[in-house]
Amino acid sequence: MNAPSKPNDYSAYPDAEGRFGGFGGRYVAETLMPLVLDLGKAYAQAKADPKFQDQLKSFNTHYAGRPSPMYFAERLTEHFGGAKIYFKRDELNHTGSHKINNALGQILLAMRMGKTRIIAETGAGQHGVATATVCARFGLPCVVYMGATDVERQKPNVFRMNLLGAEVRPVTSGTGTLKDAMNEAMRDWVTNVHDTYYLIGTAAGPHPYPVMVRDFQSVIGIEARAQMLEMEGRLPDAVVACIGGGSNAIGLFHPFLNDDGVRLIGVEAAGHGVSTDKHAASLTGGRPGVLHGNRTYLLQDDDGQIIDAHSISAGLDYPGIGPEHSFLHEIGRAEYLSTTDQEALDAFQLCSKLGKGKIVVMNLCGRGDKDIFTVAEALGRKI
Amino acid sequence: MTKDRIDRRFAALKAENRAGFVTYVMAGDPDAATTLSVLKGLPGAGADLIELGFPFSDPMAEGPTIQRAAQRGLKSGMTLQGTLDLVAAFREGDQDTPVILMGYLNPVLNRGFDSFAAAAAKAGVDGLIIVDCPPEEADPLSDALEAEGIALIRLAAPTTDDARLPMVIRRTSGFLYYVSVAGVTGVKSADAADVAPAVERLRKASGLPVAVGFGIRTPEQAAAVARVADAAVVGSALVDEIESAAQLNENVTERVLLKASELAKAVQSARVGNEVRL
Repeated sequence: MNAPSKPNDYSAYPDAEGRFGGFGGRYVAETLMPLVLDLGKAYAQAKADPKFQDQLKSFNTHYAGRPSPMYFAERLTEHFGGAKIYFKRDELNHTGSHKINNALGQILLAMRMGKTRIIAETGAGQHGVATATVCARFGLPCVVYMGATDVERQKPNVFRMNLLGAEVRPVTSGTGTLKDAMNEAMRDWVTNVHDTYYLIGTAAGPHPYPVMVRDFQSVIGIEARAQMLEMEGRLPDAVVACIGGGSNAIGLFHPFLNDDGVRLIGVEAAGHGVSTDKHAASLTGGRPGVLHGNRTYLLQDDDGQIIDAHSISAGLDYPGIGPEHSFLHEIGRAEYLSTTDQEALDAFQLCSKLGKGKIVVMNLCGRGDKDIFTVAEALGRKI
Repeated sequence: MTKDRIDRRFAALKAENRAGFVTYVMAGDPDAATTLSVLKGLPGAGADLIELGFPFSDPMAEGPTIQRAAQRGLKSGMTLQGTLDLVAAFREGDQDTPVILMGYLNPVLNRGFDSFAAAAAKAGVDGLIIVDCPPEEADPLSDALEAEGIALIRLAAPTTDDARLPMVIRRTSGFLYYVSVAGVTGVKSADAADVAPAVERLRKASGLPVAVGFGIRTPEQAAAVARVADAAVVGSALVDEIESAAQLNENVTERVLLKASELAKAVQSARVGNEVRL
């Protein structure tokens, strides 16, 4: 029933068990298994319910501010002298990133399921802020788990979450990073099974999270596709997105999967370089394994222990990647590059090599103002 | 068929009309040599079955105590192979006490299921508990373990309903592990009144002995569980002893074996006490 309806229908995944080819699945403790299965049923019903879809569309329009603009970056295009570069402006959404798309969808589902308490993990804080915001909007208590290191380097977002009424719990267990924040959120969920909804921020975790988050983020690609047809009268030659867990990228890619002429390019964070031990490029520098409920590419050592990811960009430093990206990587439908902290413009340069007359869409998935302190420090400037 | 060791042990416990006492410690906590000396001492301290954790960087179902034990294990250089080596060394002196490895899927997946199963059988491992491998995902692992006669021990939880139970007990052998509280290890306490009906339900459905764990810290709690279950598992309370003894530079093995023998006595006398009172 879930087999591809045509041999090249890339969008027919996952199957009923949440498998994208050999990736995905539901690898959780038995205590959580009934909850994960329930969530799968509840999401399938909501997805098929026009009332739910209308409600989501209404909040996307009037609350998040969708559709986000498609902007022709004229001067950048001139600078590189190659393909026309467009920006999909998802940083203009309410809360300043694409994370609101998913947070809205999931909180509407949580309320539909009768859940009364929301928990989330966050890395840079963008998903935490989006979750805290929708919790404030709908009057639900919110606990956000955040690695202690990230709490320190993302103070503005911690303060924003607090202002919105969320409790931010710094996570010191393990190595105190995003992956540990996700572990701690799972531990909370397994302890509070009756009232709590775990609002995962990226297209990872056990099924149905990868498909659910992808569906909610696909509004990016659906809009981008229509905007390109309207503005250029044709589809772009390539679409580009950065990847941590990969939710903005899969949201951009998915509506283009069956458009054979559109190259899908994901850019992982290579930190100090993929040959060093300080990077976050799970596809380029990792191997398949199981973490956080799904089988996917992971940064791991010879013993199968998870290695900490590094990127100058808090939020990209996740040692895994959404399972659908692992699948698209293995079947070759999407291309995955990595760029070091020093070469963050490489993706642009690659795109410009497409040459004149070509069109590239890049998803601007979040505002950078949360990173000004990190940037200042890297530049050796005081602010 | 090494899982026979588990079956023989539960048959003997049944003949004695007492529950088994199951201990859990983490391999390499605080170092391999200490773990081996603890393992060697546990049967004498009253452990009927031994669970040996192998460390994982991201132990999602563990409370702070066992999280820290995993970190200490990794810091001391413990690996999955190192854990198997410990079992092999233990087996040189003990052919009767069942040893169950407990941990997370990725190190086993990384090793390869067939390679792991063969090495585990050779080392003298009798069973395996993988916390993050629910029955829906377990068939490839079951295939490999069954070929070597190792039991894949399943977890059942308070959230496991009747509709799901047949799936949980499919392809399981040895015993069933009942996670007595919805939560992580070592934090909440099990309520014996809730445990009794759950154990009965699982026993009936599976025809297997039922061990209870996740919320047992004191001799009193262990005794209460031992009255209704086929075995009581204690982990965090023993690991706490290891941690504090190591911090105070005390003899870790002595401290943990002393604690184990207190708990073992409570388990061994639980039903006898019951009968006397009756």
